[in-house]
Amino acid sequence: MIRDAARDFAQRELIHDVIERDTHAIYPTEHIKKLAELGFLGMLVDPKYDGGGMDTISYVLAMEEISKIDSSVSVIISVNNSLVCFGIEAYGTEEQKEKYLKPLARGEKIGAFLLSEPEAGSDATSQRTTAEDKGDYYLLNGTKNWITNGSSASTYIVIAQTHPEKKHKGINCLLVDQHSPGISVGPHEDKMGMRSSDTHSVMFNDVVVPKENRIGDDGFGFTFAMKTLEGGRIGIAAQALGIASGAYERALKYSKERKTFGTEIANHQSVAFKLADMAVKIENARNLCMKAAWLKDQNLPYGFASAMAKYYAAEIAMEVTTEAVQIHGGYGYVKEYHVERLMRDAKLTQIYEGTSEIQQIIISREILK
Amino acid sequence: MRIIVCISNVPDTTTKIKLTADGRGIDLAGVQWIINPWDELALTRALELREAQPPVVTQVTVVTVGGADTEPTLRKALAVGADDAIRIDDEAKDAFSVASHLAEALRNEQYDIILCGIESSDHNGAAVGGMLAELLGIPSVSSVSYLSLAAGSMSLTREVDGGKETIAVSGPFIAIVQKGIAFVPRIPSMRGIMTARTKPLKVVPATTLKAFTGITGYGSPAPKSSCHMVPADNMKELVRLLHEEAKVI
Repeated sequence: MIRDAARDFAQRELIHDVIERDTHAIYPTEHIKKLAELGFLGMLVDPKYDGGGMDTISYVLAMEEISKIDSSVSVIISVNNSLVCFGIEAYGTEEQKEKYLKPLARGEKIGAFLLSEPEAGSDATSQRTTAEDKGDYYLLNGTKNWITNGSSASTYIVIAQTHPEKKHKGINCLLVDQHSPGISVGPHEDKMGMRSSDTHSVMFNDVVVPKENRIGDDGFGFTFAMKTLEGGRIGIAAQALGIASGAYERALKYSKERKTFGTEIANHQSVAFKLADMAVKIENARNLCMKAAWLKDQNLPYGFASAMAKYYAAEIAMEVTTEAVQIHGGYGYVKEYHVERLMRDAKLTQIYEGTSEIQQIIISREILK
Repeated sequence: MRIIVCISNVPDTTTKIKLTADGRGIDLAGVQWIINPWDELALTRALELREAQPPVVTQVTVVTVGGADTEPTLRKALAVGADDAIRIDDEAKDAFSVASHLAEALRNEQYDIILCGIESSDHNGAAVGGMLAELLGIPSVSSVSYLSLAAGSMSLTREVDGGKETIAVSGPFIAIVQKGIAFVPRIPSMRGIMTARTKPLKVVPATTLKAFTGITGYGSPAPKSSCHMVPADNMKELVRLLHEEAKVI
């Protein structure tokens, strides 16, 4: 039912202006409002915090369906659910959950996760943003970049260095109100894909953050980031899966309609074999996503499975969308046929929330233990 | 007020219908099932009335005739906001048997309005609503495209040749509704999906009933024959073809 609800929403509402929003980088304000009302923005959060109480498998199904049509919208859902809400729900105090988690789960407020910096992406231990311990507050200074929901979010989760001598054990995680004095949001990044989602740099200049806004103990920030990204990976894997399966479905349909050399192109073996390979890759990606989701739902360790799922799904998303454009021929190169957008969107899944190379590090470390 | 919405479980409108090898049935393997689109509009209107302030409708019940495989469709109706569901446990054989089952089940229920979609997207019989009204001995109004309720008053509009007709009805009745009764079907929210699992779904055993009709076979329509093009300035040739070949003039 959740998959159907997500699919209905994507096919009845998102499809109509997805190309326009992508072309002109317009934020999907009305759609996000509707998704908030339907409960998608907090679907993983426990109902006692006003969330949907759904399991990770349902989340994967919903993310796939929405990503088939609009991965900008699905990344907003993923960041809000997997990174921000999950982080607060798993590690926050009851007061923090009451104040921050509930409005996020209801979708009344949007959250953002601020880890990346101009000089620190994959190497998250090299935090240059500082959160100086001033007794009963932290003083936040620095710059974060590539922040999804950078301007639409009201609640930021910010990772910053408090004790440089302790290296990554001196990193903290803070809940910050976007409207705090000293915060400035940079211009909207003009991206290759997922252009309807707003991505900004965020600058902190002597921003005061009350001590009670720290999540977890002093120095927990790096562990928080790593643990939260493990779950976020499942959302992005599902997104990549959706991008791939959306492109594949379009290519399949096109191949049954387009004729060359007297027959539908699906009857040419080169095209049929491309489609077969796409189908196998998608099936594999789906199985990896489902396994990671199932492990998380069973409270079993899932970091390894989620790394495999994210790595594989992102890689095949790039391959499948490229082939989908190829199958469409000239039509695949124009916006009207959607597949070129899916191909541009796929590229980001190989980069964000842990590059494919970082996933390879995680996987190889695990297998070489 | 209580509104009962009769819903039919039909194959998704994008399904490619395949016949069984003997041509006597439809191959249901892999078919996705949905609420009949007209019934879905009826349900949407019922829920809009349920949510209106001040409250006039306090209960919306959905009822269907079908096996256990129709329960996901009933749960979806509960997820979008229906309060409870009734499933009459029998296969939906033909319009008369469906209407008879519904009449048996609803005879002892309290209700103010029954809504039926004008037809179903699978068999397009457009008969159940009218038959049900006759079996229950209550009035029915067909082709209803507008229904509004307020405390103590009700307004119904139906489509007629060349325009619309406004009807006043009192007492329990059936409104057989069509497009225009509602516009945007509901998508279930997370909360709706969670509560749907626990809302009441009563299963009523079917009374033994023979269907009036049976299906002897299905067949595909004959392939379209090719089109004969006649130039616009050759009226004589057109007239000749219509007279001698098509034999229509």
